[in-house]
Amino acid sequence: MAHSMRINLKIWRQAGPDAPGRFETYAVEEANPHMSFLELLDVLNEQLIKEGKEPVEFDHDCREGICGSCGLVVNGVAHGPQKRTAVCQLHMRHYGDGDTIVVEPWRATAFPLIRDLVVDRSAFDRIMAAGGYVSVSTGNAPDANAVLISKVDAELAMDYASCIGCGASVAACPNASASLFTAAKVAQFAHLPQGHPERRRRVRSMVETMEAEGFGDCSNHAECEAVCPKGISISAIATMRREYMKAVLSGSD
Amino acid sequence: MLTKLYHSPVGKKVVTGITGIALTLFVLVHMTGNLAFFADETGEAYNRYSHFLTHQLGLLFYAIEIVLLLIFLLHLSIGVNIWLGKRRARPRPYDTYRTAGGPSRQTVSSRSMVLTGVIVLAFTVWHLVSFKYGTYYDSPPYDGVGVIRDIALLVRERFATPLYGIGYPAVMLLLAVHLRHGVWSAFQSLGAVRPAATPAVYGAGTLVGIAIGIGFLVLPLAIFFQFV
Repeated sequence: MAHSMRINLKIWRQAGPDAPGRFETYAVEEANPHMSFLELLDVLNEQLIKEGKEPVEFDHDCREGICGSCGLVVNGVAHGPQKRTAVCQLHMRHYGDGDTIVVEPWRATAFPLIRDLVVDRSAFDRIMAAGGYVSVSTGNAPDANAVLISKVDAELAMDYASCIGCGASVAACPNASASLFTAAKVAQFAHLPQGHPERRRRVRSMVETMEAEGFGDCSNHAECEAVCPKGISISAIATMRREYMKAVLSGSD
Repeated sequence: MLTKLYHSPVGKKVVTGITGIALTLFVLVHMTGNLAFFADETGEAYNRYSHFLTHQLGLLFYAIEIVLLLIFLLHLSIGVNIWLGKRRARPRPYDTYRTAGGPSRQTVSSRSMVLTGVIVLAFTVWHLVSFKYGTYYDSPPYDGVGVIRDIALLVRERFATPLYGIGYPAVMLLLAVHLRHGVWSAFQSLGAVRPAATPAVYGAGTLVGIAIGIGFLVLPLAIFFQFV
């Protein structure tokens, strides 16, 4: 039988992109250890609505840790203290009765704040549009085994493809760099034969877009890998650097 | 193409990595050279080594100096540029922030690269003024080269003062702190580290940092505490 516990929340509230923001403190008396962190916020919002106050805005969708919609900085760590989970899969059993939890939005120039804990991550979409795709031939579907690929490359490409674009890497990076996100896609396609036709143009274009969107530079802190809900390795960033140097030094498209 | 590299997020890291490795090799050679001080009682080996560098290498010596200066300036300007960029990329810091640990390599070393780097650079200038452009003492006449600069005497004199005797080792510790993140980071920046090799490369970088720190420490401490 789950006992209920009191959780104090110190949450960033901001009415709009240009409105001044501030921390507000709330108490949820009837939290229970089985709740997810987002369910705790749901309970808080029910409470606020009953009191006639504005509920706290936050992004969420699948609540199964795979869609990449949610993302909060919980006590200073993107997605909270549990490794390899999005904040929707963080459960209140990690906290004790009377704990105070600080909740902040992703903070980065490239992720402008919309309201409360919701930020605009469309900069990621523009990085993707710059090269995060492969050429697809029209016509009949090709034979499944027509393109050969080694098991190791297939597995590595899958590891990199598991990025859900949540933005935690940017949020946790001391420099607000989007290197892990950009590199995951570059590295995924670098390991796949299908990625080769646009290989050089892709890496140049995605890196340039990443810079133009106002993300910071990488300092190899590797904090991104530590908070990534999918545990994507910074070896992706090493791969992106090799790919980029090859593309720039070859001078070709 | 070079200016493009200098401004690109990846190019910056590659240039910082290459210049960083070059500077690390330079301090390793410098540190090893310093140990010539312990070769004999009189400082003759040390003076001869210094004379060899400044008078017997010819144009190569000036070429090395110019290249080193360029490397220093590139490494510094990109480092400061990255540091300034991080403020633009996140003008409002978190109220609460901490590292998630685990695969993260975020440490005091990695967070203070600009600070330790700038201190080491400022020290380098002071160091050049004190020694390279410092008092010129004549050595006793040596076989083959005659009277040359007695740099060993100047070193002995400087390191006997508390400012140098303590200030120099302190800066060398900061250099070790810088290299703990720097060496590993350089290889990662060049895309040369595989995940399985990361702990080994990081460990080796830390060891190089400590070795350089200790190598530079023994001379001033030995002089300051009058062991030599």
